[in-house]
Amino acid sequence: MTTIAGQRRRLALSRFWTQFRHDRAGMTGLIILGIFILTAILAPILISPDALDVTQAEGDRFDPPSLAYPLGTDESGRSILLLLAWGTRISLTVGLAATIISMVIGTAVGIMAGHFRGVGSHALVGVTDWFLVIPFLPLAIVLATVLGPSTLNLIIVIGITSWAGTARLIRAQTMSIEGRPYIERSRALGAGNWHQMTRHVLPNVFPLVLANTTLTVAIVILSETTLSFLGLGDPLAPSWGAILDRAFSTGAVSQGAWWYVLPPGICVVLVVLAFTLVGRAMERIVDPRGSTA
Amino acid sequence: MSLLQEVAVGEPDPIRTPRVSGSTLRVVVSKVVRAIITLAFVVVFNFFLFRMLPGDPIGLYTRGRNQDAEQIAQLRRDLNKPLWEQFITYISNPFDPGIDSTRFSRPVWELIGERIWPTILLLGTAIVLASIIGIWLGIRAGWKPGGRFDKVSTGTTLTLYSMPEFWLGMMLLIVFGVGAFGIPGFFPVGGISTPGVDTSSPAGWLNVLWHLVLPCTTLLLIYLADYALVMRASLIDERKQEYLMLARAKGLRDAMVRKKHAVPNALLPTITLIFLSLGFVVTGAITVETVYSWPGLGLLTYEALRGPDIPLLQAVFLVFSIAVVGANLIAELLYIVIDPRVRQ
Repeated sequence: MTTIAGQRRRLALSRFWTQFRHDRAGMTGLIILGIFILTAILAPILISPDALDVTQAEGDRFDPPSLAYPLGTDESGRSILLLLAWGTRISLTVGLAATIISMVIGTAVGIMAGHFRGVGSHALVGVTDWFLVIPFLPLAIVLATVLGPSTLNLIIVIGITSWAGTARLIRAQTMSIEGRPYIERSRALGAGNWHQMTRHVLPNVFPLVLANTTLTVAIVILSETTLSFLGLGDPLAPSWGAILDRAFSTGAVSQGAWWYVLPPGICVVLVVLAFTLVGRAMERIVDPRGSTA
Repeated sequence: MSLLQEVAVGEPDPIRTPRVSGSTLRVVVSKVVRAIITLAFVVVFNFFLFRMLPGDPIGLYTRGRNQDAEQIAQLRRDLNKPLWEQFITYISNPFDPGIDSTRFSRPVWELIGERIWPTILLLGTAIVLASIIGIWLGIRAGWKPGGRFDKVSTGTTLTLYSMPEFWLGMMLLIVFGVGAFGIPGFFPVGGISTPGVDTSSPAGWLNVLWHLVLPCTTLLLIYLADYALVMRASLIDERKQEYLMLARAKGLRDAMVRKKHAVPNALLPTITLIFLSLGFVVTGAITVETVYSWPGLGLLTYEALRGPDIPLLQAVFLVFSIAVVGANLIAELLYIVIDPRVRQ
């Protein structure tokens, strides 16, 4: 049984890749992402941690771009290019970790809310709706303040404030899958709830989960940038948002130090745009209804 | 979280396929009740979250502040009351919980009353302008999807959509406020008016307007991206409908088909989504007001979290929730008014 299913899945995957390869926007996004992921992985090899040490910085305060410092220096004379490369690592890590939390909660809640009937299901839908309607940033600020600033807490806060959209999507998909005859067949053969949800519903909603994941990563990275800018992340971990926070609080704006502000923002835009492009391309393939977007 | 995601995911949208039974009145009442329940949960959440933490709450309330012994003793008396008693005090009037803002040493409702008007001015202007321009862009792009205008406008809006709004604010501030790249700093670098200017005189209004330009442009650009993408998607959806073929078969010109038939129907979901987007709008307000030191609720939130000023933070969270839940309710009720199909 596994071989037939496995073969079918491998075939579906190769068909997916053929379609994706012809999507120009999606491929552009994928290439941009590849470059950033490479930077994130290679950052510790290419850069010695000394470059980030405030006490060992050799540049001047707010130096404009030059040959020695292609993107200029920050308020303590560190190279902004090196800060950015290191920041890629932190921003992407936080983004991916928070997305995993968000997807796991969203998929679990969505499948359960779609599978079960009765009070429990209503409660899950109610909680989902509550998280959907409550404004994200104020809620995240309140949670982050209570937990205290650290990278781990930032991941947790973003994870538990961003799963609701996924849950609603997965619930709708689960309900449409549950109406299919093979679910009825498996139920007639005595399959329990757990077996139905993990063996029949999950594989079917999974392509949608993946497409939704890439869109979620984009939003999560924006959220990370915003929360770090507000000082809710680890002050010692220079994510892109934290770099912007330092630029803002050390007066780079009033000094006109555009080289300190421009690059982190461009990185955020590129990564978010890349994830959005890949996600929308995947969605066009996985879910034909989304073809208008 | 955002409009784009909500439209893009292609799920059966509750707005497009309304399943409403019973009389209009019953629908309205049930929606109002749901909004109230949502807010009730915010109040309960707000109260218990800050009391769930282990350790001495005094530390959390006074972290990083200088407070005299008398203030701390008073705070401890308040916090030593039984939990249910504190809860009753809190829910009887969440805006006047008896504990003042620790940062400003003033009642929280007083601060909110002062700061709410600049926010309404800033957000109101930005939303109105963004919806007009965004809808116009969306119509032009969505009527000929894949055309040159669509490619440029969708590319631009997607890029704007991917920007952290405070970053755009900082860049505009550097270029047009401080001056960079040969552009002289033309606009004020922050605040709502020049100190000493009487804001009740016509000259004072102009001064406020002058300060409004940059923060408003920042928010405008971010919001219009969202609105344009939604309007475009909704118009493209509408183009597939059969009544448009009928309108064309009647011999109507393309512009007429667009103006009289497609756009009014495509506007329906867009207008409701503009109301639904308030949660997303609030995010922009907090960071952009911080960048421009615009003295509204957003800057107040930033000041509260830098403390952190727990009583103030609780109150601001509640205000934002009320605004967003209220806007959602308006969106749902508006839909009943403008779409007769929902009423049946």
